[in-house]
Amino acid sequence: MFANQIGYYSLILGLLISVLLCGVSIKDFNSNSKQISQNILSLSFLQLFFVIISFLSLILSFINSDFSNETVFNNSHTTKPLFYKISGTWGNHEGSLLLWLLVLTLFIFVFLIKSKEQPKKYRILTLLFQEVIIIGFFLFVLVTSNPFNYLFPIPTEGLGLNPILQDPALAIHPPILYLGYVGTSIIFSSSLAAVTQNYVSKEWGQHIKKWVLVSWVFLTIGIMLGSIWAYYELGWGGFWFWDPVENVSLMPWLTLTALIHCILVLERRGTLTSWVVILSITTFTLSMCGTFLVRSGILNSVHTFANDPARGIFILIFLFILIILSLGVFFLFHKENNKNSNNFFWLSRETSILVNNWFMMFFLSVILIGTVYPIFLDVISAEKISVGPPFYQKLIVPFLIPFLLFMSLGPRLKWIKSKIENKNSLIITFIISVILTFFIIKNLTSDLLFYTLLVSAAFFLFFTTLKELFIKKSNNISQSVAHFGFSLLILSILFNSILSSEIITNIKIGEKYIFSKGEIFFKKIEKSEESNFNSIIAYFEIKNENGKIIELNPEIRVYNQPEVITSEADIKTTLLEDKFLVMNLVKGNEYFNIRYQVKPFMIWIWISVLLLSLGGLMSLFKKKYEQ
Amino acid sequence: MYGKKVKLRFLFLASIIAAVIFTVFLILQSLKENVVYFQSPSEIKSLIELDKKKIRIGGMVKEQSVFINSNEVNFIITDFKNEINVIYSGAVPNLFAEGKGVVAEGFLKDKNYLLATKILAKHDENYMPPEVKKAIGDK
Repeated sequence: MFANQIGYYSLILGLLISVLLCGVSIKDFNSNSKQISQNILSLSFLQLFFVIISFLSLILSFINSDFSNETVFNNSHTTKPLFYKISGTWGNHEGSLLLWLLVLTLFIFVFLIKSKEQPKKYRILTLLFQEVIIIGFFLFVLVTSNPFNYLFPIPTEGLGLNPILQDPALAIHPPILYLGYVGTSIIFSSSLAAVTQNYVSKEWGQHIKKWVLVSWVFLTIGIMLGSIWAYYELGWGGFWFWDPVENVSLMPWLTLTALIHCILVLERRGTLTSWVVILSITTFTLSMCGTFLVRSGILNSVHTFANDPARGIFILIFLFILIILSLGVFFLFHKENNKNSNNFFWLSRETSILVNNWFMMFFLSVILIGTVYPIFLDVISAEKISVGPPFYQKLIVPFLIPFLLFMSLGPRLKWIKSKIENKNSLIITFIISVILTFFIIKNLTSDLLFYTLLVSAAFFLFFTTLKELFIKKSNNISQSVAHFGFSLLILSILFNSILSSEIITNIKIGEKYIFSKGEIFFKKIEKSEESNFNSIIAYFEIKNENGKIIELNPEIRVYNQPEVITSEADIKTTLLEDKFLVMNLVKGNEYFNIRYQVKPFMIWIWISVLLLSLGGLMSLFKKKYEQ
Repeated sequence: MYGKKVKLRFLFLASIIAAVIFTVFLILQSLKENVVYFQSPSEIKSLIELDKKKIRIGGMVKEQSVFINSNEVNFIITDFKNEINVIYSGAVPNLFAEGKGVVAEGFLKDKNYLLATKILAKHDENYMPPEVKKAIGDK
């Protein structure tokens, strides 16, 4: 009860502080002092403080199952385990927006503390641009999605959280993803501030690189968590479905990855200034678009909490204001800085990074068109279409071949002007990769030429980065680790998709299904009752070619609040392969529909993404860019 | 006539434009081939010529129509005006049930039979796919 009011009023106080903060910043901007005034820091802390209070009181309402709060009523239930009561706070539209706001205010506060050696006017301008976003979100939360709406009479029981969201990976997926999404807002604000101050320079590159890396690492891990969840919870036995909701998180990731690379050029050479600014603006715009598409109910998925058109329109207008603002700032203030002359030889580190960026932009446009085109067509012609995985695979996979080759060669080039060194050892590595690939996959696929090229390109990158890591003691370990992680990721995905096998059948209790590589025996089922669901646990014995038997126990759960049936896959993971079994029961039939999959190298996909992020982290903690 | 630098710039610009045109062409071409259109059973019935491409059909699973044997699932999709028989061998999603919304993706054998390759039903029981909403209209 009290928590409700405290939460609501601290939100309003937070908004007032933000407006005040803008006024104080503008005054300080015109004053002659060298350092920014202490008031700004204090106000920015207060702003953060009030949002934290508001967020904590919402969590408290969830823990206490205070159903006088509409958000709690809609998304919680007394029988839910404590952990999911807490994670339910951001498992809904209102709470997740409050989390956005929390991260926004947290990041600007951290930015102010961490940027003491930067020019004063630049810092204040960054703060001002960030406040535009923060105030926009305050208004959005208070006007269209207030998490503290009061319900009377007070219901005795809540409606419950969608059971498939009651999951450890998904409990931490939104906060991590948001840290990545919202981190891009700081890059956006500070790049606009730097443009206005004509400060897009080597020094700025060095300073903003940290924020780019932080956002990138969080975004990478956030996407991975979502993907792990989809793998074991949705029961489709894959980890990426080119679903629009997945695509909108991948798009800012691509631009952010491009940004990481060309920030390096800016940091070392002071060129590509306009491109860096454009990428910063695009990245944040894509993050906002993602929020808009997912939250407005245009894309239908588990992420869509409510289809309230007012919310969609609010974000859309807000998005337009931000885009116009940023484009205005860019065209009015941006001056191409030709001091450092952007002459570089065609064979140099700079060109190779540009090549990387071109590929990223290509991947981005493919995904953007595939995601937006169906929405566009629906609006103009009311025709419903869907763009499936073949579209993306056809356009992205072949281009991975040159991409991987460039990725193996690029980092070996020197800045400004270079020639390829150690040609012989490179050629030998390449030949080894091709031969190795040929012998591994010659009996596995029909499209031998294509896959040989693709897999050997991946192996080539794998071996060159491996050599840099262990033999040459490369002076840029973070880059080698990240690139090595990427090659491992591509290899695991490729072998996973080439070698996966699947059995789908309908089976009764006590029956045996025999297939070419073994047999599946459906032994029995058992029923059990938990506080918030009843479950049917099945006992399957799977015998493989060597007569080895493993037992898998998939589950069907019938949740009581809300009444939803879910299937829990049972997965046996080893370093070499995952064995995955999921079953479904069709009402009124004695047959169980089962899907048994053997998925090689599954765990390596997650490990390689972690390696990729580790590379980012190492770069973050590196003292200074090595010469 | 023009300096070397101008020529180089021009070449650079031209190659960028060529690359962009090529990309757009490639994407559009591939989009055309890989788009799956959604239709309702009534729309199928009114087709003059059968489409060989993959399509999606949405509607409700008719009551008492689900029939399962060891390698197939058979059922009828209805939009309360017309019906389509679906033959499917594959994994059925959680919320597949009689009287609930469903989208089947696959190839038409004739105007009455769909050989489905995929069946979609969404995670939320209150949720009705927009395609289904459109298909059954005001009902």
